[in-house]
Amino acid sequence: MKPTESAAIEVRGLVRSFGAIEAVRGIDLTVHRNEIFGFLGPNGAGKSTTINMLCTLLRPTAGHATVAGYDVVAQRNDVRRNIGLVFQSTTLDDYLTAERNLRLHAELYAVPRASVDGRLRQVLEMVGLWERRSSKVATFSGGMKRRLEIARGLLHSPRVLFLDEPTVGLDPQTRGSIWSYVRELKAAEDITIFVTTHYMDEAEYCDRIAIMDHGDIIALDTPSALKASIGKDRVRIDTPDNERALAEIAAQFGLDAVVKEGSVILSVENGERFVPRLFAELDVPILSVSVARPSLDDVFMSYTGNTIREAEATSSEKLGRHMARMGRR
Amino acid sequence: MAVQLETAPVLAVRVPKRSLSGELRAVKIVWQRDLIRFVDDRLRMVISLIQPFIFLFILGTGLSALTSGGTGGVDIRTFMFPGILAMSLLFTALFSAASIVWDREFGFLREMLVAPVWRGSIVIGKCLGGASVAVLQGVLVVAVAPLVGVPYSLTMILGVIGLQLLLAFTLTSFGLMIAVRIKQIQSFMAVTQMLVMPLYFTSGALFPVSHLPAWLAVLNRLDPLTYAITPMRHVVFAHLDISAAARSSLDPGVTWGNWTVPIWLDITIVFAIGLVVLWVAIVRFSRDD
Repeated sequence: MKPTESAAIEVRGLVRSFGAIEAVRGIDLTVHRNEIFGFLGPNGAGKSTTINMLCTLLRPTAGHATVAGYDVVAQRNDVRRNIGLVFQSTTLDDYLTAERNLRLHAELYAVPRASVDGRLRQVLEMVGLWERRSSKVATFSGGMKRRLEIARGLLHSPRVLFLDEPTVGLDPQTRGSIWSYVRELKAAEDITIFVTTHYMDEAEYCDRIAIMDHGDIIALDTPSALKASIGKDRVRIDTPDNERALAEIAAQFGLDAVVKEGSVILSVENGERFVPRLFAELDVPILSVSVARPSLDDVFMSYTGNTIREAEATSSEKLGRHMARMGRR
Repeated sequence: MAVQLETAPVLAVRVPKRSLSGELRAVKIVWQRDLIRFVDDRLRMVISLIQPFIFLFILGTGLSALTSGGTGGVDIRTFMFPGILAMSLLFTALFSAASIVWDREFGFLREMLVAPVWRGSIVIGKCLGGASVAVLQGVLVVAVAPLVGVPYSLTMILGVIGLQLLLAFTLTSFGLMIAVRIKQIQSFMAVTQMLVMPLYFTSGALFPVSHLPAWLAVLNRLDPLTYAITPMRHVVFAHLDISAAARSSLDPGVTWGNWTVPIWLDITIVFAIGLVVLWVAIVRFSRDD
């Protein structure tokens, strides 16, 4: 390992076009060592294209990128030795046992023979599959397969682990357990984790996140900083007389509240501190109250003007047209 | 699980730079994977024997009523036997090559594509795997030899196995050359079906090539499979007790004009073709998507 190297991933002006379509439009990115870096965006935003370039499966059209200090084009094999990959769709051999899948990986990566057994046990225990090592992968549930893939991705002690939508299609409980492995892993090993997801709630687990939309990175910061950047909490109250409440709020606090779906909604900083004042100073009785912090969904919306679902709908249409033109690859 | 991690020190391994021994490990594991899957899949073993046995025992028995005069007293099934040996290899080898298309469709191929190994190592491993499986299958066909009037003999069995290895290597490489760029299994099946039948039927696997009409003789000499079937038949016929006339009409060897191509040259041709198609397969597989 090079002691001087601080960035796990360094991306400068990276572009990838498919024919006339620019899937990735010149992005810049620095991922620090030993962080969990989240890469967010709707399906079709260019996340997978970016990840494929970083893990040497796709050549950039322009720009350059280094992973673990190696150039993804000129030093492909060095990049490959130092990364672990878990793809969106499974890449296990269903007809082999869990252990055989891992041994196959160890041989492909030429893991020193003396370390194979110990490391194999360690990664299988970490994901809780040691007892099932002799079962064929075909008998595994979706969550178990994903865990096995994570174990396999770690077998050769990569310095950067890429997880491309590791929780897509899994039930909420399994999604949670996958994330707890990821965080345990960060604590236990000297590893950088680059994870893509289109579940905004999962981005909370990351140290920093980048939001990608239409091939560009539109925001990059810690989840809390991103949420703080769009600011205020949302306070929602139910009253018997909303019109009077609106007038009083305007008079007492100088705030513009709105009525939505029968409730009064207002945006304020430090919502929890504001609520007691609201109770004290409002004459209209308050029947119920709730305070919501901005979610990453709100962040996404404020940067793109779209909710992630709307964005997904439009980009999958675009993708559909694109695929139709390209023919099935 | 968290406890486990805290108590056991993390065993970090280091992946060495690419080396010859690393490549050999990759070749070996890709080869082994094909063998493990073949041994596990007994149904496939049985199914791939059905077609050669139908040709040998049903078509062969049916035809023997017609042909007893033309073969100089030799059972048509005896004559067909070397061709059937080649047929079993043909199907098994191409089926093995198809596994790379399956791997692509089911995603496993990506696991191999991102590994820090030379793509050629994967192709060579696949080729060895396919060839081994084809030969294992072929040996089962050799075992029925006495049933078609070919008595067991050590030289015959060893000779046939050797030739099977050679032919299986060439056929698997040929299949891989096609398979490595194909994304869907249906396309692969369509392409191979289109190629296999003409290649097989022109090769003289099922008829003697000594008295063919000129157009068919030309096609037959251009068919690479001809040069694999001829030595196979030669090895089987070498220890049969048949008349000289029958031998010269049933096992004439390949002729170019008036010159009879020696067996060693037949073998060299098959091997050279195998190397060329393997090389093409590696080049095609190494190309970027």
